[in-house]
Amino acid sequence: MFQSTHDDMGTPAPLRIGGLVSLTVDGREVTVPENSSVMRAAALAGVKVPKLCATDSLDAFGSCRVCLVEIEGRKGFPASCTTTVEDDMVVSTRSDRLDDLRRNVIELYVSDHPLDCVTCSANGDCELQDVAESLGVENSRYGLGGESHRGADKDTSNPYFTFDPSQCIVCYRCVRACDDIQGTFALTVDGRGFASKVTSGQLENFMESDCVSCGACVDHCPTEALMEKSVIEQGLPERSVTTTCAYCGVGCSFNAELKGDTVLRMTPDKNGQANEGHACIKGRFAFGYATHQDRITKPMIRDSIDDPWREVSWQEAFDYTATRLRAIQDKYGANSIGGITSSRCTNEETYLVQKMVRAAFGNNNVDTCARVCHSPTGYGLKTTLGESAGTQAFNSVAQADVVMVMGANPSDAHPVFASRLKHRLREGARLIVVDPRRIDLVNSPHIRADHHLALRPGSNVAFINAMAHVVVTEGLDNREFIDQRCENEAWLKWRDFISGEQNSPESTERITGIPASELRAAARLFAEAPNAAIYYGLGVSEHSQGSTTVMGIANLAMATGNLGREGVGVNPLRGQNNVQGSCDMGSFPHELPGYRHISDPAVRNLFENEWNVQLLPEPGLRIPNMFDASIGGHFKGLYVQGEDVAQSDPNTHHVEKAMRSLECLVVQDLFLNETARFAHVFLPGSSFLEKNGTFTNAERRISMVRKAIKPLAGMEDWEVTMALSEAMGYPMNYSHPAEIMDEIARLTPTFAGVSYAKLDRLGSIQWPCNDEAPEGTPTMHVDEFVRGKGYFAITGFVPTDERATRKYPLLMTTGRILSQYNVGAQTRRTANSEFYSEDVLEIHPFDAEERGICEGDWCGVASRAGETVLRAVITERVQPGVVYTTFHFPSSGANVITTDNSDWATNCPEYKVTAVQVTHVTEPSRWQKEYREFASRQEQLLDKARA
Amino acid sequence: MQEVDHLVKMANQIAENFSFHDDAVERITDHLRKFWAPSMREKLIDFKQGESDELKPALREAINRLENT
Repeated sequence: MFQSTHDDMGTPAPLRIGGLVSLTVDGREVTVPENSSVMRAAALAGVKVPKLCATDSLDAFGSCRVCLVEIEGRKGFPASCTTTVEDDMVVSTRSDRLDDLRRNVIELYVSDHPLDCVTCSANGDCELQDVAESLGVENSRYGLGGESHRGADKDTSNPYFTFDPSQCIVCYRCVRACDDIQGTFALTVDGRGFASKVTSGQLENFMESDCVSCGACVDHCPTEALMEKSVIEQGLPERSVTTTCAYCGVGCSFNAELKGDTVLRMTPDKNGQANEGHACIKGRFAFGYATHQDRITKPMIRDSIDDPWREVSWQEAFDYTATRLRAIQDKYGANSIGGITSSRCTNEETYLVQKMVRAAFGNNNVDTCARVCHSPTGYGLKTTLGESAGTQAFNSVAQADVVMVMGANPSDAHPVFASRLKHRLREGARLIVVDPRRIDLVNSPHIRADHHLALRPGSNVAFINAMAHVVVTEGLDNREFIDQRCENEAWLKWRDFISGEQNSPESTERITGIPASELRAAARLFAEAPNAAIYYGLGVSEHSQGSTTVMGIANLAMATGNLGREGVGVNPLRGQNNVQGSCDMGSFPHELPGYRHISDPAVRNLFENEWNVQLLPEPGLRIPNMFDASIGGHFKGLYVQGEDVAQSDPNTHHVEKAMRSLECLVVQDLFLNETARFAHVFLPGSSFLEKNGTFTNAERRISMVRKAIKPLAGMEDWEVTMALSEAMGYPMNYSHPAEIMDEIARLTPTFAGVSYAKLDRLGSIQWPCNDEAPEGTPTMHVDEFVRGKGYFAITGFVPTDERATRKYPLLMTTGRILSQYNVGAQTRRTANSEFYSEDVLEIHPFDAEERGICEGDWCGVASRAGETVLRAVITERVQPGVVYTTFHFPSSGANVITTDNSDWATNCPEYKVTAVQVTHVTEPSRWQKEYREFASRQEQLLDKARA
Repeated sequence: MQEVDHLVKMANQIAENFSFHDDAVERITDHLRKFWAPSMREKLIDFKQGESDELKPALREAINRLENT
């Protein structure tokens, strides 16, 4: 078994660090921060105190009575975990008397513990076993007879781990991890004394309880009581590779633990700066997709989407692709092809794709999936603050006094950040939730929002303007901050605009549905807080005024002086792990890496010299424009890396028509996804476990992705792009992604100080990283904004065209569930589907009753764009007039309903507002029937290739 | 919806969102230059020449500027 690189200090570092305290432990002098525990001081002195209930990620508990010590001048044997250091303290951790006491305790534990160490799956990774061995305990003088828990039934209900009560020593570590770290409070100890037993929920099994399968209990269990099934089945891992999760924008650091070339488990990295040892069900357990049988590991080509696929060599695939793309350009012009980068791919991969498009394709028709999620964040924050990025590190929330969560559902979509947030809320921070739907944060164990402002979909701008109106008209603005940090002329104009009666809560109430008095109270709470922070998600950006709302959020933060220090800020919660990175890398058609406009001759010249090619000075097509141009007949070739536009983009009918209109669609992916069904070339992708590179998370943190296993198809994604570029006549010569990062650093001022060597040394780096900030920048805009003075943007409310009508009287909005991820390509191929196996339609009881719809009924959901059928879940989570669904399963057709309305500034689709009618139906929609037929036909064409 | 219909809709949206500014025409023009591919701008110019009344006045003026530069 490999050794963990993390030494457990037993108790956490003290929160309040004042002076230093010097003491002696077993004759060793040590100086530690005051308020440290004796156990921690001993660990820092190199002395390991035996322990069971203590671990440095949890507050001291003092229950196991194993970590006893002797302290000169004190009576008794205090527990070292709960005893605080004092100057000149003299501590002894080993003595015959202490060992006798410990042995006695361990014998008591062992008397009710199976003595099956040799066959136990935790053999070699069990803290009870370690302590027993260190004390020479091989048996128990209390015997093994009588009443015991050794025969207790094992709970195997969770697909990923088991709970074996017979192995449990009731140390409470799992309970405390669930409470203090995860914040779910799903576990408890039932009974007293000898009858004490850890239990999930109300004596339910794990699957039936509130457990969210984050794995924290398993991580913290010192025995085999909570253990991964993969380890039980295959044994303990032998080696570990530290890498970065491939799911959401939190970007957790994980140790991929392997036996041979098999990944047995992913354990959260305690040294990971984004997650500090915590995880969620997706990152912790849902990695099996990487070796799923659906993986395609051989390149395939076909002339028409009605033809069977033909497996070919890599070189034949590259030559075929290049020939077809060049033929298209010859026929339709240089601008007739383009590429799409992915936020699921590394910085280096997205950088190469945009480079290939600009340099080899010879145009700027490159875009990224951030187009359909956070492009308004880029526009809004660049306009107001000067940089297209969030302003804080995640740990900044620990300093926040008031948190406003708007259009985001972190418990489901960014669970590890949600745990941090909940921790701060339990400490007393106040919470404002702005969401049409009652998300978990509104009312969950030990968390209750001060205000849930359940606004109507489509009214974000009216809401954020009303908040600012209250701040300005009630004199709650931070004039000193505004005078020093913001453009005066813009401030004065904005102040006049925002003070207008049309922005008052009383006026906007009819638009937002939020009672004016409650909005005023929320605004006062926010403005009067010493530190107020805003966290937002796609419920802000995916609107026809997404960019306007982002600017409104920045306005509110500036007006209240909540920028430029810890505990405050504007924090976009990015959907995918590398949304920030893919944008940083120049994936947008109008920008080169570092958000520099393609029309700037000096910037262009920099890249032209490095790339030895002339670049076009005009923006290229964005994804929706590519689709329109495809249907229009003048865009005919598309290279899509790691994206599934046919499922994820709105108005499926339109997207499918665009796909069918292409003469050469090249898809590089792990699976034959929905887009690949329309493809002519399939290039096998490599999962995050199979390659090297970096991801940049929502806090601008660049983290290493390290290869744990060889790429199943033989090539890493960056190598595939490089080879395709060479086939297109533009060779690139990198031998490792580190060289790509070096090029990025040479060309991008905010990345100037980034290198793989530095990333290895520091663990991760938050950009900007350059001469001024050689180790990165956790908090942005500290002394001045990136643009110099902050800019108050005028944010007039323009209602969306998508309004409820007599024909379509309900407004549908969309979101995610904890266990599934985006289009579900990864999570649907794991046991996560046991938690959520189909998209459903949430509908309010009033709306359901009016339509004669009962729980579980099939509902026809029709919009101007299309119609699909979903099963009904009747719930008061949604307000009357609003329905909600997720988009994780292709056959659900959620995006058959969403329209091609989009953000005015960026074209980001308006997923969050679709006027629909819901009716009780008895069969799938026409689209669903056609989809099944088409998907089945494409599977057959794939099977022929594989046969 | 045809490609040009989308473009007109998007351009009108841009015009409407900049309508709160005194220099709306300049902002619309700048936005179309910065974020729209030349082929999209050309289609908009062609559409304007068709004398349709679907274009908002400030947008029409912005297109004139695009046409003349």
